[in-house]
Amino acid sequence: MNIVEKILARSSGKSKVSPDDVVFAKVDKVMMHDVSGPGVIKVFDKLKKQGISVDKLWDSKKVWVAEDHFVPSAEKISAENIAKLSKFTKQYGIDKHFKYGMGQYGICHTISHEEAMVMPGDVYVGGDSHTNTTGALGAFACGLGHTDIAYVLLNGKIWFKVPETFYFKLNGKLPDHVMAKDFILKIIGDIGTDGGAYRTMQFGGSGIDEMSVQSRLTLCNMTTEAGAKNGIIEPDQKVVDYLTRRGATNVNLIKGDDDAEYEKIFEYEGSEMEPIVAKPFSPENISIVREAPSVELDKCYIGSCTGAKYEDLEAAARILKGRKVKIRTEILPAAISIYQRAMENGLLKIFLDAGVTVGPPTCGACCGAHMGVLAKDEICISTTNRNFPGRMGHVESQTYLSSPLVAAASAVTGKITDPRDLK
Amino acid sequence: MESFKKVSSIVTPLDKVNVDTDQIVPKQFLKLIQKSGFGKFLFFDWRYDENKNKRPDFVLNNPLYVNSKILVAGDNFGCGSSREHAVWALLDYGFSVIIAPSFADIFFSNCFKNGILPISLDEKTVEKLQQETSPIEVDLETQTITTPSDKILFKIDSHKKKILLEGLDDIAQTLQYEDKITEFEKNSKISSILIND
Repeated sequence: MNIVEKILARSSGKSKVSPDDVVFAKVDKVMMHDVSGPGVIKVFDKLKKQGISVDKLWDSKKVWVAEDHFVPSAEKISAENIAKLSKFTKQYGIDKHFKYGMGQYGICHTISHEEAMVMPGDVYVGGDSHTNTTGALGAFACGLGHTDIAYVLLNGKIWFKVPETFYFKLNGKLPDHVMAKDFILKIIGDIGTDGGAYRTMQFGGSGIDEMSVQSRLTLCNMTTEAGAKNGIIEPDQKVVDYLTRRGATNVNLIKGDDDAEYEKIFEYEGSEMEPIVAKPFSPENISIVREAPSVELDKCYIGSCTGAKYEDLEAAARILKGRKVKIRTEILPAAISIYQRAMENGLLKIFLDAGVTVGPPTCGACCGAHMGVLAKDEICISTTNRNFPGRMGHVESQTYLSSPLVAAASAVTGKITDPRDLK
Repeated sequence: MESFKKVSSIVTPLDKVNVDTDQIVPKQFLKLIQKSGFGKFLFFDWRYDENKNKRPDFVLNNPLYVNSKILVAGDNFGCGSSREHAVWALLDYGFSVIIAPSFADIFFSNCFKNGILPISLDEKTVEKLQQETSPIEVDLETQTITTPSDKILFKIDSHKKKILLEGLDDIAQTLQYEDKITEFEKNSKISSILIND
């Protein structure tokens, strides 16, 4: 069995499972945020009206809650949703509620690894499509709708059809000017936005072994954009160290068997990878940066679960050090812990000196919610994950997706720029 | 949830692929959580211009399709954000059947929680249905779509079919068996079961 089959077999009490088996899996962790949470509360209210008891969760210790999409609240409905969440977590005794303005909080997928909420081998579900991110720690991690999350909260289980697995093998390290974001955009360009539909996308090979945990998180994060059920990487000592540094104990490794089967294997040579952008209006609409259209950019956005981890900020700082931005640029660290490290290590000074505005952790303009959304006809380069029409603001705005290196270099020139071409 | 048996109406052709949930219901409406009333936000940015005037060229604004219950769209319908509001909006607007060559996974699953029937058919058949101007009938019991010139069979998982036919809600359905589940878990060393598809 491969790693996903092993995790699903363990969680459903089976000795073996194969693709297309339907299993009823025990869930180890479940997450909701300020959009899915109020949706779940609504489902609970409906059940109550039908006379079904929702007095107790299956295990409140396994549930955690993030405030990320609409914080800081820009208007009263968002504020009320946040208040509703607090009432809910208090009522059900959920201790792990990461609140805006009270120490550590941030984008749910970032909190999942920054706070070591998810362990290798876990079945982890969240009320958000980018829950796939955390598969980079070796968990089976996937997003669910509100009704399914409500179901898991009450029952602690959910059914899955065991997915087939596409294995993406990266031979050799990525060059210094290429990031994990470039690699995953290349893959999505190759297989399309539904190329991974209901499949696991697993990453491996010497290039992945060499890669940092944070880069691996970027890969798994964007498997969602290929329609995948989940993304996963077999955990190694780097994952153990990463989680241990963040307070986890007894981190166990889990790997697929030597004779594990994959539906298809895709091979990539690290040394051949190039900086990539995805042009409007689809993550599959890719171009090599040096061949990208010469458009005048209005804005650069470095944020989100995809592109504002500490490593992403560090990459941006490498470019912005001693330079000035030519277009409006915002950097929003994805969690307070990252914000703090950026302050301690001097990154914030580099950003502010370059003319950048540094904002609080939030999903913010990535989903076009608030905090810097785009006006009509504005063109943005962004380290986020989707560039569908209107995703970041006005339906006639445009977003180019890129790595933090390319985004920062483009902020300096005002045009889409390969970091190697900066003077 | 209301039970689903048969639906007859003309089809609304939406000739677009990769329709993502943000097009179905834009982010600014996510803050609202009442399940009803989302219909007015459906395809909001396609239906209305900046001044909230109807865009005459968008199919939903064509009076011909006002009472349509069947939406026929392109590949990978419902991709993007997992927001269940997208399904609420389609349902509230009046659609109870969505036909497309393929659907995004979370969206597909959310449909069944709310009483919408998503049908996936090959591209050619979908294209043909998009051109159909007479009413068609979708019968879940017999898994048949009847057009004036054709009978098309569609596939559906038997469990999901039952859920829609009986108007069952996943959670409510499971909780009916709470006693049996507790009993089973007490007596079983392996505390999980395998459901055969």
